[in-house]
Amino acid sequence: MNLFNFFKRQGTAPVARDRLQILLAYERGSTRGAPDLLAILREEILTAVGRHVQIDSNRVNVRVDRGEKVSTLEVDIEIPNAVRMAPRRKRAVPMQRSAS
Amino acid sequence: MAKVVVVTSGKGGVGKTTSTAALGAALAQHGQNVVVVDFDVGLRNLDLVMGAERRVVYDLINVTQGIAKLPQALIRDKRLERLALLPASQTRDKDALTEEGVSRVINSLKQMFDWVICDSPAGIERGATLAMRFADTAIIVTNPEVSSVRDSDRIIGILDAKTVKAERGERVDKHLLISRYDPARAARGEMLSIEDVLEILSTPLLGIIPESEEVLRASNLGSPVTFNNPSSAPARAYLDAARRLMGEEVEMTIPTEKQGFLGKLFGRRAA
Ligand SMILES: Nc1ncnc2c1ncn2[C@@H]1O[C@H](COP(=O)(O)OP(=O)(O)OP(=O)(O)O)[C@@H](O)[C@H]1O
Ligand SMILES: [Mg+2]
Repeated sequence: MNLFNFFKRQGTAPVARDRLQILLAYERGSTRGAPDLLAILREEILTAVGRHVQIDSNRVNVRVDRGEKVSTLEVDIEIPNAVRMAPRRKRAVPMQRSAS
Repeated sequence: MAKVVVVTSGKGGVGKTTSTAALGAALAQHGQNVVVVDFDVGLRNLDLVMGAERRVVYDLINVTQGIAKLPQALIRDKRLERLALLPASQTRDKDALTEEGVSRVINSLKQMFDWVICDSPAGIERGATLAMRFADTAIIVTNPEVSSVRDSDRIIGILDAKTVKAERGERVDKHLLISRYDPARAARGEMLSIEDVLEILSTPLLGIIPESEEVLRASNLGSPVTFNNPSSAPARAYLDAARRLMGEEVEMTIPTEKQGFLGKLFGRRAA
């Protein structure tokens, strides 16, 4: 494997240093009172979606990947088609249409 | 039927986390579904050794408190899907982990995996006793050195007293994993021999892991040593130990790195 040979030649310490820098930057923030942005975004996204749909917490998947320059947050929410909304209007929409 | 395994030692820094990662990975490499669970609340490190530190969203305590569902907290290994990690919490409040909560999580994990491997914190306090509480099997990691052997003896006593199995009058299945073994120093009589350790602790041997720079290399890269360099001496020792854990009869050897120049060249190319 090329990657393996590459690391062998270079030594593995630089990789260890990079991994630690990313991790510690994040951990220092979250333990010293600075807000964890990914956690805030996660909560707010779930709240926003929850206002419109009943979220089944078993059908939610959150993945993060904290990078040096960019991090990614993936919020995967399954929304069932049948129970689309907490309905505002009681009457079914198609009925209204045919009446007008 | 899923097996719950605790990797414990009493003494700190003997290789519990290294061994949890390597044995978990090795069992998965042998086709088993495995979850490794970090019980070191406040000082989690299994995520780093497994290379999953950037992907932690929820942890064990979040699950016991109902903040997250178990499948959401599990981190699937990118190299091998059937290996998963449940990270420890970094909270300073160690009482956040309750016996009832741990019991529920372990029971759920047993439905999902063949092996639930619990990485115990050092010491004999709450964290360590909770990690072993529901174990069917214990792996006692020992270095061939007086204080480690003494602490192992202490831990064996606690395993026979404070686990659910012990309280039911059953026995936790105990295995000794001798780690950081240096054959040259043992030959010079500077290190307790395997026979000495076995005689003192009278516990069956699961494997002998040699002292090796491959272990440091693997942890630098965030890859269990059995993934990172499967043909290295410690990896072979862990792969064999995993097979013994699965009930196979495997001849006990102390793998060494001793290879000629050509052997090294080919070994490296094969990796
Ligand atoms: N076979 C080995 N050869 C060389 N170094 C090793 C070996 N096993 C473990 N180590 C090193 O020893 C150190 C402690 O290992 P590890 O973190 O696995 O111990 P631990 O028992 O989990 O510690 P703690 O009690 O703090 O949780 C690490 O730096 C690790 O890389
Ligand atoms: Mg540890």
